Amino acid sequence: MSILLSHPSLEFSVIPMLDATQPHMLPPRVGVGYKAQHYMDIIQNPGPLGWLEVHAENYMGDGGRPIAQLRQLAEQFPISVHGVGLSIGGVGKLDADHLARLKHLVDWLNPASFSEHLAWSTHDTHFLNDLLPLPYTAATVARVASHIDQVQDTLGRQMLLENPSSYLAFVESDMDETEFLAQIAKRTGCGLLLDVNNVFVSATNLKTSPQAYIDAFPLHAVGEMHLGGHDEDEDETGAPLLIDSHGKAVVDPVWALLDYTLVRSGPKPLLIEWDNDVPEWDVLSAELIRADGALALV
Amino acid sequence: MTVSQTEFRKGLFDPTMPAPAGLVNPDGSQATKRFDVYRNNVAVSLSDALESAFPVIRKLVGDKFFRAMAGVYLRKHPPTSPLMMFYGDMMPKFLRRFDPAKSLPYLSDMATLELAMRHAYHAADADPIDAAALGALAPDKLMGARLTLAPATTVITSQYPVFSIYRANTVPDAPKAAMQPESLVITRPAFDPIQHLITPASAACITVLDKGDTLGVAMSSAGRDLDLGATLGLLLSQGAVTSLN
Repeated sequence: MSILLSHPSLEFSVIPMLDATQPHMLPPRVGVGYKAQHYMDIIQNPGPLGWLEVHAENYMGDGGRPIAQLRQLAEQFPISVHGVGLSIGGVGKLDADHLARLKHLVDWLNPASFSEHLAWSTHDTHFLNDLLPLPYTAATVARVASHIDQVQDTLGRQMLLENPSSYLAFVESDMDETEFLAQIAKRTGCGLLLDVNNVFVSATNLKTSPQAYIDAFPLHAVGEMHLGGHDEDEDETGAPLLIDSHGKAVVDPVWALLDYTLVRSGPKPLLIEWDNDVPEWDVLSAELIRADGALALV
Repeated sequence: MTVSQTEFRKGLFDPTMPAPAGLVNPDGSQATKRFDVYRNNVAVSLSDALESAFPVIRKLVGDKFFRAMAGVYLRKHPPTSPLMMFYGDMMPKFLRRFDPAKSLPYLSDMATLELAMRHAYHAADADPIDAAALGALAPDKLMGARLTLAPATTVITSQYPVFSIYRANTVPDAPKAAMQPESLVITRPAFDPIQHLITPASAACITVLDKGDTLGVAMSSAGRDLDLGATLGLLLSQGAVTSLN
């Protein structure tokens, strides 16, 4: 063997910057989580599509097709960069290399929005590739807020923080998730990404009211909403256990919860997320048309 | 009752451990199956990432074997970076010592090849030089010339027929591989990495060129079997040469 495999260097190749005059805001229209297999469909038959969301980590290579496609798409659509690997809720420091890669991406792409999750995924040096839950306490608020400060300072822009899907609760939590997110938004000035499916999943799993969650949510801080599908299971007691799978169509109760939310929030950028068992474009398109209809009513 | 992230992570990778105390169901009882959701997400998402990274190995060993092997790998080598497109960098080393796969000694080199294809896919773009530029060089300057190769360009030499095995498992009706050493170079003229079967001399030459040595040094390292014209012709036609000094 004469080759040495390594991660791409942090000495980034120079990619020309895209138009820096665009405002950092998504339009209050429907968007979709971008999948490469839909590239031609999106160009030729966008329907009501108003913007695209990409996972930041998929565009952290040095070059090649993914980055070329993203450059092309960014000339046609506002782009939302959605990170899944920053581990904002981690007890350790943020991964400096990862933050540098993120800054590089945000600098050249100049996306309309950057968002991440209220979760942790890295511990010590190990990345666990899942969005792991946090207890809602003053100590967690302080830690998450300081990480968000660091991200916003590094990127030089506001970020949005997404509410998680919860499967269980922490005994140590002493505040509601809505209160937790409101405190974070207030302390850091970050916006919030409200995932309506996550609200429904968490409320079902934890036996709370999804409408009460929306009523308590700081909707003024919402810069984007997500909609996605989930799987249905049961826990060992027979209680419903919904799993946020992003592998199915959005269910009717989640559409109803969206309507409930939009009446209170007004129109917001609205994303259809479908990351697993990704369907043909016409199936996704039908979801987009339905979401567009929900937006049109408010 | 607090749950540390250290404790949480330990529980994720060890299914024999109970879920950490302090994680509860809505009725306040200790969570069990609800914690398993996270266990499952971690194991399945990492196995899926390995499946995407090593489709040929998966085909060679079968789905069931691959999933079991992935389960061992992900516990031994959890990702050290959030870039899942490069997860699996330790697979060649892991497979060299993975006893259940001993009967397929070429798996380790196949893992190297599959990783190299991914790295080539994501490698930096680079503008090739005009294929005529080398011919335009004065003959007395030729042996002192240094070529810069495109970042995607990767040489692999193996004592196994990895090029042919890869082809046999990805191209319909490709011939069965004969058990012999093979060398190949990966190029990326546009967006898709392409493998080319090359001679050991050619592999040696490209490797030395890629280190930044002169054409003269590359030629003498490669030995008398080298077909320099064919080697340079391949690199130039594939857009793999990005500068000439």
